[in-house]
Amino acid sequence: MSNQIVQGILLGGYYALIACGLSFMFSVMRIINLAHGSLAVFSAYSLWWLASQFHISPFVGLLIVLPLMAAIGWALQRFLLERSARGGALLPILTTFGLAIVIDNLLFEQFGADTRSLAPYIGSLSYDSWEWPGSIYVGKLAVIMFAAAVILLGGLQLFLTRTRLGRSIRATSEDPDTAGLVGVDARRANALAAAIAMVTVGIAGAFLGMRATFDPYAGTPQLLFAFEAAVIGGAGSLWGTLIGGIVLALAQTFGAQIHPQGFLIGGHVAFLIVLFIRLSTSGLGLRGLLRLPVRKPA
Amino acid sequence: MSLLAVENLVVRHGLLQAVRGVSFSIERGQTLALVGANGAGKTTLLRAIAGAHQPTAGRVLWDGADITGVPSHKRVGMGVALVPEGRKLFVQMTVEENLLLGKTAGRPGDWSVERVLDTFPNLKPRRHAKTGHLSGGEQQATAIGRALMSNPELLLLDEVSLGLSPLVVDRVYASLQGLISSGTTIILVEQDLNRALSVSDKVICMLEGRVALEGPSKGISRDEVTKAYFGLHRKSAASVPA
Repeated sequence: MSNQIVQGILLGGYYALIACGLSFMFSVMRIINLAHGSLAVFSAYSLWWLASQFHISPFVGLLIVLPLMAAIGWALQRFLLERSARGGALLPILTTFGLAIVIDNLLFEQFGADTRSLAPYIGSLSYDSWEWPGSIYVGKLAVIMFAAAVILLGGLQLFLTRTRLGRSIRATSEDPDTAGLVGVDARRANALAAAIAMVTVGIAGAFLGMRATFDPYAGTPQLLFAFEAAVIGGAGSLWGTLIGGIVLALAQTFGAQIHPQGFLIGGHVAFLIVLFIRLSTSGLGLRGLLRLPVRKPA
Repeated sequence: MSLLAVENLVVRHGLLQAVRGVSFSIERGQTLALVGANGAGKTTLLRAIAGAHQPTAGRVLWDGADITGVPSHKRVGMGVALVPEGRKLFVQMTVEENLLLGKTAGRPGDWSVERVLDTFPNLKPRRHAKTGHLSGGEQQATAIGRALMSNPELLLLDEVSLGLSPLVVDRVYASLQGLISSGTTIILVEQDLNRALSVSDKVICMLEGRVALEGPSKGISRDEVTKAYFGLHRKSAASVPA
């Protein structure tokens, strides 16, 4: 039993990693990015391409891919999301939905239907494990992923609370008009936030490729896990995202324990239970579901 | 040269014309009081000066340079700071964080968190409290402090006494008096006519988006302002819509 719990918690680290960018983007920019999973898969493909063509280790490849993801995030906000956000709250969701389809099919056109993995390029790390007390074997990669999630979420939290740039981003998310009046360039803050979100997506994509296989259409299930983890943890709270990821992973692990087919169902059930609890305690509406802070009427 | 000049400014909210061809100027070190009934266009005028509203027509001149198209965050860097109506604090953030945000534009000057706390001693024990949990007076002090942190040359104060008890209003104005005597240029919107006339050098009364009366605060009678306030100075008062 303790083995399942440990493995579940470590898997939760991965879910927190993929949920991190989604949650960050939602809490800061109020945009639900449905292209989130596809962008993570794009990052995985970029790393795979660098590794297979130029023999660049995925860890080194991140040095190239993460700046690229940041640039994509910046451009995405400036040229796509910022414009669509002017058309109301629904338009950015539709825009990112369309973007996901475009990315998926471009990847399909470029790389074909073969499943790929980054595992062959990281040596023995993909299957190595440590023995912990109580004869529990934990995968080295799983531990690294969990540590990466904690460091990333903690780093983001520190960035948002301790730095001038982080405060600017928080102020913009709370009230862009007033942020401008105190001297914050709201457009720049949002573009920067999008760039940061995409860097976390890039990292998530790398681990997606290392721990499993992916194909051009692998983005949707990743989006689903990210979404479930973010909602369970309460979108907008960074540490909540880690807890959400762990709850989701534990539910899946226990689901698999009950029935071989129970892995996904376990996660969905946990997600729905949390959803209904939120519904009944906070009143109806998306606002309550996602634990949005209620904005004061102007 | 005037520090700020507004020429034939027209600002719209969609179909509504809130400011209809307003012109005035203010010299360095002056204090200008804007009075007028609700909906006269005072807040819109201040927001247009701060850059939060893009005017439909007219110009805003800063030290002689046209800044009509400059966005609000850049105007803060030039030295224009607005204390918005209703405070508009970032309620999820602490007093200190709100104050530090005022420093974003990076204008050199001697305002610091410490100095703001010295100016508004009631904020000292609340430094790390979320501003959503503060009293009205503490919130107003934070909002003024946040604007001061940008070391402004021109401070725009929009109804700083709104929703405060008379005692707290006295305290806020006592600290403003220090700013006025230190030479900061101020434009303030105030509903209390006596107070507006006593702190300012010059008064402008707005009516339905236009300047109804303009003159030195000392040489103007309360009666004249009241007439302009209600539009009674016009020859055919009957034309005022109900």
